[in-house]
Amino acid sequence: MTIQTSRRNLLKGVATTGTALFIGYNTNGILSHTIANAAEKSDLTPLNPFVKIATDGTVTIILKHFEMGQGTTTGLTTLVAEELDADWDKIAIEFAPADHEKYKNLAFGAQGTGGSTAIANSYIQYRTAGAAVRALLVQAAAAKWGLKPKDISVEKGMVRAGDKSAHFGELIADAAKLPLPEKPTLKTADQFNLIGKTELSRKDNIDKTDGTALFAMDVKVPDMVYAVILRSPRFGGTLLSFETEKARKISGFLNAKAMPTKDGIAVYATSTWAAISARKAIEAKWDNSKAENRSTKEIGKTHLETLKKAPALQARKDNDFEKTNTAITSAPKKVKAEFLLPYLAHAPMEPLNCVIEPHDDGKITVHDGCQFPGLVHPTIAKILGIQRDKVKIKTYYAGGSFGRRATAKSDYATEAALAFKLLGGKKAVKLVWTREDDLAGGYFRPMAAHSVKIGLTDKGEISGWNHHVVSQSIVKGTPFEKALVKDGVDHTSIEGIADAEYEIPALSVGLTDWVSPVPVLWWRSVGHSHTAYVKEVSMDLAAKAAEKDPVQFRLNYLKSENKDQKRLAGVIKLTAEKAEWSKPLPKGWARGIAAHKSFGSYVAQVIEISSKDGDIKIERVVCAVDCGVAVNPDVIKAQMEGGIGFGLGAIMRNQITLNDGLVEQENFPDYEPLRINDIGKIEVHITPSVEAPTGVGEPGVPPAGPALANAIMALTGKPLLKLPLNENGVDFA
Amino acid sequence: MSVTLNINGEDKKVDVPEDTPLLWVIRDELNLTGTKFGCGVAACGACTVHIDGKPVRSCQTNIQDVEKSKITTIEGLSGKVSKAVQDAWRDLNVVQCGYCQSGQIMSAVGLLSENTKPTDQDIDTAMQGNACRCATYQRIRAAIHLAASKLEA
Repeated sequence: MTIQTSRRNLLKGVATTGTALFIGYNTNGILSHTIANAAEKSDLTPLNPFVKIATDGTVTIILKHFEMGQGTTTGLTTLVAEELDADWDKIAIEFAPADHEKYKNLAFGAQGTGGSTAIANSYIQYRTAGAAVRALLVQAAAAKWGLKPKDISVEKGMVRAGDKSAHFGELIADAAKLPLPEKPTLKTADQFNLIGKTELSRKDNIDKTDGTALFAMDVKVPDMVYAVILRSPRFGGTLLSFETEKARKISGFLNAKAMPTKDGIAVYATSTWAAISARKAIEAKWDNSKAENRSTKEIGKTHLETLKKAPALQARKDNDFEKTNTAITSAPKKVKAEFLLPYLAHAPMEPLNCVIEPHDDGKITVHDGCQFPGLVHPTIAKILGIQRDKVKIKTYYAGGSFGRRATAKSDYATEAALAFKLLGGKKAVKLVWTREDDLAGGYFRPMAAHSVKIGLTDKGEISGWNHHVVSQSIVKGTPFEKALVKDGVDHTSIEGIADAEYEIPALSVGLTDWVSPVPVLWWRSVGHSHTAYVKEVSMDLAAKAAEKDPVQFRLNYLKSENKDQKRLAGVIKLTAEKAEWSKPLPKGWARGIAAHKSFGSYVAQVIEISSKDGDIKIERVVCAVDCGVAVNPDVIKAQMEGGIGFGLGAIMRNQITLNDGLVEQENFPDYEPLRINDIGKIEVHITPSVEAPTGVGEPGVPPAGPALANAIMALTGKPLLKLPLNENGVDFA
Repeated sequence: MSVTLNINGEDKKVDVPEDTPLLWVIRDELNLTGTKFGCGVAACGACTVHIDGKPVRSCQTNIQDVEKSKITTIEGLSGKVSKAVQDAWRDLNVVQCGYCQSGQIMSAVGLLSENTKPTDQDIDTAMQGNACRCATYQRIRAAIHLAASKLEA
């Protein structure tokens, strides 16, 4: 009997909350804490596993969401382990294979991770998976011991009744013969042992601290060829010709071929270094007639000029530009500001890469830190002209993403597949991006210009708010358009302002799309990355004009009768309290506040700064977050800390600029990430809640920039309307 | 060219073009993938290894220059300082994506090997060359202090 057959005999499938669930008996066991090794033993059946139990009692949880640092390996595992009453230390994890139905993100209807949805969409599904398995184990134990299920208790992977006990592995053979309950009872919050507990150790703690964690960048398969791509230096340029004479002198250089997409040359070599070296020696000529040849100086100027025209689109039905203008024109006080925010690169620590490996049976393995199997899988199958069932996606830890890995075109996986096909489709190809490729490669957070006109009454109350956004659409022309564009308005361009929580009378939000060949993309917190900055800095400008305290001013527009507004007010109050908002600061110090709802979560931050010889130092960040039930409080804190750092680094000094269409930033020295010495202490406070959990990967980012800017404005009185902040003459210590 | 490098206590002979940085020898030739490629210009610290016990960026290290040195990668860490650092990293759940953390740990071990009780300022100075795009800095700082206290105990 083969392993496959014996396993199949032990499988049970049943529909639970719209998903099939099975538990399987893996004779190999899953012993390694290294995901890549565990995934090797992953199930090949067409069923939908979330939970597997080995004879030694090890529980393996299959994760439909990848791990880019946001903590899903811990979060999804907590959900199953809680209901299963498993032993946290005896749980292994595997990333799910591509299966668009069984492993779909219930928020998107496709397999993929993003939009801070992992816990939110899995909360009931993964708990149900654990509860169903627990019920089976209890039933199996009851039958074995001649008892009733109510006499059985389960704790930390052990099933007990009186003096009898068994670990999960001892019961799994019997349990697997029983039908799974369709609607297992889930625990109530007071029964939680793991959800909400801070002391859980991250599941990726060990292998990410001893060098054994595998990223796609670490993949090496037999006879693998290394490839880098010499891309058009300008977005939209096409290849005319190239010369490889000098490259041929580079040891290890194999070949160079024009990409069928005409936007690059694939350079093949026997090592990464040889590929990088050979690429430098290739001379190429490009046709730039359809390329973006402008400079960001000019592009920015045109964005600002477009702001002065009437918006092409209106994002709110209740108010339009004309109506709101009337309310503002008659106001005794007005605040007017025009903002310009730059292109930003994601720059995840792991430069993009992907390995395409062919097998003798005609199948292909795609080795990738794969964020969106729902897109990558069909894309690769189509490029290679094979059926989807011949394409296996093996997902690795991703060394960050911040949105970069989720492109509609599956850009880098597509490049890898094309480079593989171009070489004949017989040899494995590892495509590697360098940091220079990453910064020059596009898929930037789009540039955005905003104009804000606010009318204030004699009492300093907002009477009207007129907002116009000019930015390039992220989703138009992509498969995401259908879901995210309504009446011509790309939701990702105006989210965070058109649906602002503040109860503002006469708010109109106009949008004019900017069009350019520069590829743009969601960047951690997407539209909120610019709308929150403009909204929250404008709130401070309005509070100042109204001579009101910024905290109280915000609270005036949040009503306790409105649940959403109440939750945002809640985090503002909590942050202000913990930051001792009203307590005077030493001379040369200041604080700023910002609050923003994104991805269903409410976050407020107070940033405290000091100034010495004109140099600003970030001394302290106080953050409060309301994300519903806090599944993993420590992961939530980590995401807030990380989101704050990500937002602050960008806002302080990051921008991608073009000079005659050429990206000016080459590497980290001119796209300087936040460093350890840039930031003081961060304190995160979580609002206790019984609401359904919402995301935390992105919501920490939006308030960080405006909280810092508001602190600096409180100190200097000078509005900060152009980002990054160092463009305004702000220097940091 | 053929060179013999002493890595993690073993002599390894490799045949590579002479301009190949140590990083790529470690990763592509010796398959020690815990050392990461992040920038290639010594600006991010993901490739940090120890050369005779001191943290060095392997992406800018010539192999000829380290033929007589003892090279240690994350896989070869041993001793009480390394253990204290790795334990502290785990106790405080420092990692997020984890890609930079080998380099962070190599730098932290280097710091604590020379300075058993570093201040925040010492930590900032020693660690500012190690970028973390997940911004785990606050926990890195706390973990170094925790490791120092573990070593003192």
